[in-house]
This record gives sequence, structure tokens and C-alpha cells, in this order.
Amino acid sequence: VQRTGAQIVWECLVKEGVTTVFGYPGGAMLPIYDAMLDYPVRHVLVRHEQGAAHMADGYARASGRVGVAMATSGPGATNLTTGIATAMLDSSPTVFVTAQVSSKVLGSDAFQEVDVTGITLPITKHNSLVTDVRHIARTIREAFVIAGAGRQGPVLVDITKDAQQAKTEFEYPEAVHLPGLYQAPPPDGESLARAAELVDKAERPVILAGAGVIRSGATAALRAFAEKTSTPVALTLLGIGGFPQSHPLCLGMMGMHGEAFTNQAIQRADLLLAFGMRFDDRVTGNIKTYALHARKIHVEIDPSEVGKNVKIDVPVVSDLRAALEALTPMVEARQRDAWVAEIDGWRQDTRSRDIVHRDGNGRLLAPHVLHDLWKATGGGAVVVSDVGQHQMWEAQYYKHDEPRTLITSGGLGTMGFALPAAIGAKMARPDAEVWVVAGDGGFQMTQSELATVQQEELDIKIAIINNGFLGMVRQWQEFFHDKRYAATPMLSPDFMKLAAAYEIPAYRVSGRADVVPAVEKARETKGPVLLEFQVEKEDAVYPMVPAGSDLHAMIRRPGAGEEVRS
Amino acid sequence: VKHTLVARVLDQPGVLNRVASLFRRRAFNIESLTVGHTEDPEFSRMTIVVDTARVPAPIVEANLRKLVPVVDVTDVTHMATVDRDLALIRVRCAPAERAELASLVEIFRGRIVDVAVESVIVEVTGDEEKVNGLVELLRARGIVEMVRTGKVAMLRGSVVETRPAATAAPAA
Repeated sequence: VQRTGAQIVWECLVKEGVTTVFGYPGGAMLPIYDAMLDYPVRHVLVRHEQGAAHMADGYARASGRVGVAMATSGPGATNLTTGIATAMLDSSPTVFVTAQVSSKVLGSDAFQEVDVTGITLPITKHNSLVTDVRHIARTIREAFVIAGAGRQGPVLVDITKDAQQAKTEFEYPEAVHLPGLYQAPPPDGESLARAAELVDKAERPVILAGAGVIRSGATAALRAFAEKTSTPVALTLLGIGGFPQSHPLCLGMMGMHGEAFTNQAIQRADLLLAFGMRFDDRVTGNIKTYALHARKIHVEIDPSEVGKNVKIDVPVVSDLRAALEALTPMVEARQRDAWVAEIDGWRQDTRSRDIVHRDGNGRLLAPHVLHDLWKATGGGAVVVSDVGQHQMWEAQYYKHDEPRTLITSGGLGTMGFALPAAIGAKMARPDAEVWVVAGDGGFQMTQSELATVQQEELDIKIAIINNGFLGMVRQWQEFFHDKRYAATPMLSPDFMKLAAAYEIPAYRVSGRADVVPAVEKARETKGPVLLEFQVEKEDAVYPMVPAGSDLHAMIRRPGAGEEVRS
Repeated sequence: VKHTLVARVLDQPGVLNRVASLFRRRAFNIESLTVGHTEDPEFSRMTIVVDTARVPAPIVEANLRKLVPVVDVTDVTHMATVDRDLALIRVRCAPAERAELASLVEIFRGRIVDVAVESVIVEVTGDEEKVNGLVELLRARGIVEMVRTGKVAMLRGSVVETRPAATAAPAA
């Protein structure tokens, strides 16, 4: 059957199992949008293309399925780029379809023409410009294979308007020819044997679990390994959910805002087992003093990450789940009571300093809000956080037990991510309870997507942690720039009136006693609810390892009984 | 420290740009990069000489391998190879000096390929050291202009069996 290029785009998406796409139409995109009406795919009209990209990303992270977003040529495509880069840095499997001006005028600075494949080259796993209708099906098929293979990531397909309009015989290519597509090999037996030997000899091992645990479906395999070897598990920000935080071996988040006992355990370890993580500067601190006593095993699907930041004794380049399932039977079952007890001692010290166990002296503190949100939701929500202080407090105080229940922009640190990503997450998992946790700054970057929430009738709960500042930048100014608050005090709209304009019920909370009732009220309400928590303006995230400092050199929260910074 | 990487890449538009962009954004330092056709019209071949003082060669290799059109990469630095660099050198040369210059160039198996009144163009092919040797000698006479292709390399002996088979992607 003869089909237009535009029809072929939708034929392929349907064949790939796509049921939802996020996008925004435009001139060069008209043929694709026209054809859309004849296909069983739900299109979500966004308010800004950045939102579409984050939605596709959130959809992918919540479900593991490839997320899809589309935009027109020129400004439509450039607006996607922040979202594409966000997906790239966090290896989120996504496919972006953009329209391009007709091939006849390509390269002439035609209306709404921009070099999309050039612009997105460094922020995609792969991209292609299609000018010939006969190549559309193959290119889209390849895009899905590439996005989902190995270390996942965004792939962009840019299709000229004339290719969308031209007709050809449609045949869906089941098999693809991608001789250069890198596929990690199965775990190498010799490396596994060396790894097992190091594990058996270790007295003070620590597992560093990253996003790879979740992406490879290795949560059960990780748990089996950790329990058999009695090895404590520290998590990266994106690894949260990969190991239950209620588990006695869980050390919570590591790194710049990791708990003191967690970083202490890493610095004192004699063996680090890095599972699906990449030794980001935010988790290592000063690399020269990082875990000096530890041998290092790195199980990683992407060989370009092995030895990039930290010298590795035993690299295992492989899918993590496959490696763990092979490794666990090779290691000795062993209790490491002394080591676990030593860490628990440090854990008690951390607990005694924890603000959660102290009174806010009449002020509403963000850590208390996140702690109460965790309690009131039974820890079972999918939380989509934005970027900044609230993101770190969420990571510290909302205790996730299940994979894919924390969705956040880790690598790129994209403010404005939370609301649109939550829309994507909710559409991927309609039965999940989805909470946005955002600061007043980041929320304002993409708050126009409140319209999308209503338009799609989505039941999303929104918690704005409003401290009237760009809080994390303010914190750095407080610590490192003599409290010179350049451009960090932030004016916000009246969030109650803003929500009202979108006909979203909203409640303002400024006292601790009102937190849980507000959360409960939001949960009982069908449909979206916005909660604004007016929190202490100048609180800081503790502990903090200043950028580039030794991981054990932490700024601690002023001690119990002392006044909280204000 | 210099490493020589040989990459087999799909002969598609934009592949060179992808490789160059990778080196730029990862701050890898390229000494030279050559690209050309191969025995198989589906593939081109790149010979890349990279300074690995800051980033070790295996990391560079792994990053190259991640580019979808790059089919395989071999670090041939410590393997037995035939490697060649070609230079065209325009050097000052009065008519009276031509014969002497020609015999000098001959020692390096080079030749004079163009003659003007006060200069000649010398062509020389060889491994980098040999070309460097001739360049040093000619420098004293006054090099007006020079262009070098950069290194191309091929493993010695039979490699028919050792080349990794192109792997087909799974139906995801």
C-alpha cells in the first residue's frame, strides 16, 4: 500500500507499541499532525516543547518504555533541546521526531529552519536527518532500537516536509542493520572470578548502586548479592529506589548531600562495588582522597565510563543484572557483623543530629515537610522532584523502597523538570500516586504545563516548597560568597490564585501541624491539587561536602540544641 | 603520548562530523585524522592519532565505539603496522641548486613534482619519522608552504581472520 511519509511515521510508532506522544504542531510538521488523526495514538498538546521532552523522559523513567515527543522545525526543535540533554545525561530511552523544512530549501536559512541534527549531535545518542520518504520507516525503527539498547538514551529523527508529503510503499522493517551499535558483552568469567575473590577477602565492602540497577532490572539481583555477602548499599541520587531504603543494609544517598555515616563508610571501605554508576563528581568529592583504602570493582554497561574518573581494579563490562546473577553464586555467604555494627554506630550519631528528630521552633522546615509527606503517603508514591534544595531533602527524607518511584534530573540538574516529567510519569502509570515536589524557582520555569494537567484530566498532586529564594544557590552564596545574595531572592505569584486560574484546588501550609492534613486532603481529592508549603527561608541542606572537598570533610547541621541557621 | 587508532565506520554523511564533535566535546586532543574509502563500499576507514596524556587510549576508543556509525576500533599503537604519511613541501630553491636538492630528496625516496623559478614542490611518502627527517633538512633552505596528510596505518601480516564480524542488532 502506498503511504505518505507522515502516515509512515504513525504506522511505525503504532508498530513500536507507542500509545502516547507529547508534542506541539507547526508549519513544517503539518503533514504529520494531519495524519495523526487517523491513528490510535494519544497526543498530548503541551504548552512549551521543553515540557514535551521532559514528559517523554518522565514517561520513560516511570515505565521503562521508550518515551516519544515531537516538535516542528526551528524554534520547536530548539525548545526541545534542554529536555533532550536532560534525557542524555540520565540515559533515558527517548525518541524525538522533529519536522524540517523541505529538502529543496535545506541550508538556505528558510523560515523556521535550523540545523537540528547539528545542534543535537552532542546531546543525543544518535540522530538522523531524513530527506527521502523511503528512509523514514527504517530510520524510526533504528531510532527505537538504538534508544533502548545498551546504555539507553535519546535519539532524534528530523524529517523534511517534502519527505512527509511524498508517498512510498510502506513496509515495516522488522530487522535492522546496525553493525556499529555497541552491545555490552555477557560478563567475562575471568573478571567475575577476580571480583569474587576480592569480595571474599573484603572485610569492609560497600556497594555503590546507581541508575543501572533500575535500568537493568537488577533490584532483586542486587538484594540477593548484598544479603548473601552482608554488604551495605549506598545509593546515588538516580540509584534511589534500586535498593529498599527500609532495608537494614541500606545506607541511603551518598555524596555531596549524602548522610555523614554513608560517606564515612565509603571512605573507610576496603572494597567498593560500583554497580551501574559513573563516579560523578557529586558523589566522589575530591577524587585524590576518595576511598583511598578501597579496591574497586566496577560493573558497568558503558566501557567509556570504566576508569574515566576513578582507577578500577576489576572492571566488568556487562549488563548489571546478568553480571550480578552470575557473580552471586560465586561469592561466599558471609556475615560482616563488625563492619555493619561499626557503620550502625555512625548511623546513630547521624540520627541524633537529624533535624527530623528536632523541633522547628515554630518554623516550618522543608525536611519536616518531606518527612511528613513520606509518612502520609505511606512511602508508596512516585515522586518527581525538581532541582535544588528540595530535591536533596526529598532524596534524604522520602524513603523509597521501589524502583522507578523517584524521578529526578540528576546529571543535567534541569530546573523546571518536575511538573512536565510528572505528567509523563502519570500517563505511563495511570494507577500510581504521582507527586511533584518542586521549589518556587523551578516550578515557575514550566508552570504553564498546569494547563496540560487539566487538559488531560490528570490526577497529579503538586507540592511547592516555597522559601522565597533560589535556595541551593543561596546556600552556596551563604557558605562560599559571604552571604552576598546576588539574584537569589525570588518573587513568586500567588500560587493559590495561579492554581485557581487553572481551576486546580490549592492549599497553603505554613505550620508543621497542617502538613499531614493538607497531604491527606490532597490525596482524598480526585484530580490535581496544589499545595504550597511556605518554609523557612534560609535553611540549608546538611550535611554538605563542598564541591571538590574530601568526601569525609562535611559541613554538618548545627548540633542538637543549637539554633537552626536562619 | 601518542596512540594510533584505526576505526572502521559506515560510509554515511556526517560521520566525520560525529567523530570530530566527540573529540571536541570530550577535550580529546587529535594529532591527525585521515579518512578514506576501503575495499568495501559500505565502510570508510579513519586513522586517528590522538594525544593520550590527559585521557587514556581505552577511554578514547570506548567513546568512539559508542558512535552508532563506528563499527569497530583498533588501537594499533603497539602492533606491527605499515604506516605512511604523505607530505607536499614547497621549498626555496634557486635554479642552480635543483640538482643538489633532487639528490638530497632522493635519499628519502622523495621526488620533485613541480618546479618554479625560485622554488620547487617536493613530494615524500613514508613513516612519520622519515618525513620529519626530510622536513628538518629542508627547513634550513626555507620551507614556503607544507601540507601533510597525517598518518594512515594497516596491520602487517594476515588479519583476515582477526577482524571482528559486524554484529547485527537484535530485534529490540
